[in-house]
Amino acid sequence: MWSFYFSELIHSLPFFLKGLWMTVAVSGLSLIMGTIIGFIWGIIRASRNKILRSLIGAWVDLIRGTPFLVQVFIVFFILPGIGIELEAFPAAVIALTNLAACFICEIVAGGILAVPSGQREAARASGLSAYQQLRYIILPQAMRTILPPLVGQYVLLVKDSSVVSAIGVVDVTRVGWLTVQRIPEGIMVFGLVGILYFVICYPLINLSNILERRMTVVATKL
Amino acid sequence: MLETFNFRVILEYMPLYLQCFTATLWLSAVSLIGALSVGIVACAMRLSQSRIVSRISGIYIESIRSTPLLAQLYFFYFGLPSLGIRLPEAVTGILALTLNSGAYYAEIIRAGIQAIPYGQIEAGIASGLNYFQRMRFIVLPQALGLTIKPMLGQAIVLVKDSSLLSLISIMELTRAGQLLTSDRFMPAEGFLTTAAFYLVVYYILKSISGWSEKRLIFREAH
Repeated sequence: MWSFYFSELIHSLPFFLKGLWMTVAVSGLSLIMGTIIGFIWGIIRASRNKILRSLIGAWVDLIRGTPFLVQVFIVFFILPGIGIELEAFPAAVIALTNLAACFICEIVAGGILAVPSGQREAARASGLSAYQQLRYIILPQAMRTILPPLVGQYVLLVKDSSVVSAIGVVDVTRVGWLTVQRIPEGIMVFGLVGILYFVICYPLINLSNILERRMTVVATKL
Repeated sequence: MLETFNFRVILEYMPLYLQCFTATLWLSAVSLIGALSVGIVACAMRLSQSRIVSRISGIYIESIRSTPLLAQLYFFYFGLPSLGIRLPEAVTGILALTLNSGAYYAEIIRAGIQAIPYGQIEAGIASGLNYFQRMRFIVLPQALGLTIKPMLGQAIVLVKDSSLLSLISIMELTRAGQLLTSDRFMPAEGFLTTAAFYLVVYYILKSISGWSEKRLIFREAH
């Protein structure tokens, strides 16, 4: 029986690869947009504008304080109630982009605030504009603190993308769920699902570790 | 949207919400205790002199960290019955949450222990302290101070992760929101109430985390 199910599973591999592609599409799109929005929010959050700063802070707290599954349901079920009809895929991308932006915002703000204030003062004294200070003095130094946790965050977000299977996005997890109804070997089916996530996440985890080591070395040399 | 927001339905469902809130709390509490125990054991194994023991723990930690919790949950939910092991859903859910958070706790504890300079341990050896005395009086008091914040952070993640248990039909907070959505088709009332309950837990844990940090800095200064 086991070998029969195994060959069945091999036959449904193309289906799994389609799911893998969907996982890559949802998380890739959300990560790109989330990184851009997260950097903008993070820069504002580290700025001196009190109102904007606390507004973003409150939003980040709301998102960090609730489960991603609930956020996905809210986007998918409640937005249509106020007139925004959404398919599962855009709903998933919106929810994951927002989650990514919130986590990345905190990382970016932390990185910017870790740059010694003397650097900013020196930049201002040299007559650089606010944009120039940020572009040439603050961000290049902050990147050293930002990069390792940023890649680590990407891993968490790729894993979080599995939750969007709950609203019917056919990603790897959903494919596993559909397959296990037909091939009742949970260990085998979800073992394969696990391996497919591992293939995406493990290189990223290693990259994060390498960055962490390299960035620390640079910091101690200075 | 607010003018159509139906508070009466929320009141009507409040007993269900409170019951589900309690369920979320005890599911998380049991998993938290389990995860801390698993984390301590896995960390001790990881730091062991024996290569094989350390390797086994490393494989456990890495495979948990590079796959999503939802896939792990389905792995146990569909996998255990195919091995002939039938457990109630709640037990399967607690098992998955425990093993998942256990891996993260192992890494948090390891980071805390390894942050203690080796010179202090050598000083302990030179003063004639045995292994347990060194752990009890030198390593653990300092490691605890360093790890309390990430540990509370992981506890927050654990409570939020327990929302995924609704997907294997365990009655907890997110499930209550789903019921309100399917019974009355009121997703806004359902999921926003669910979110509010999670936020209560989040803000409590977050303020404990902030408080403990202040206390520890206070202690160091003296």
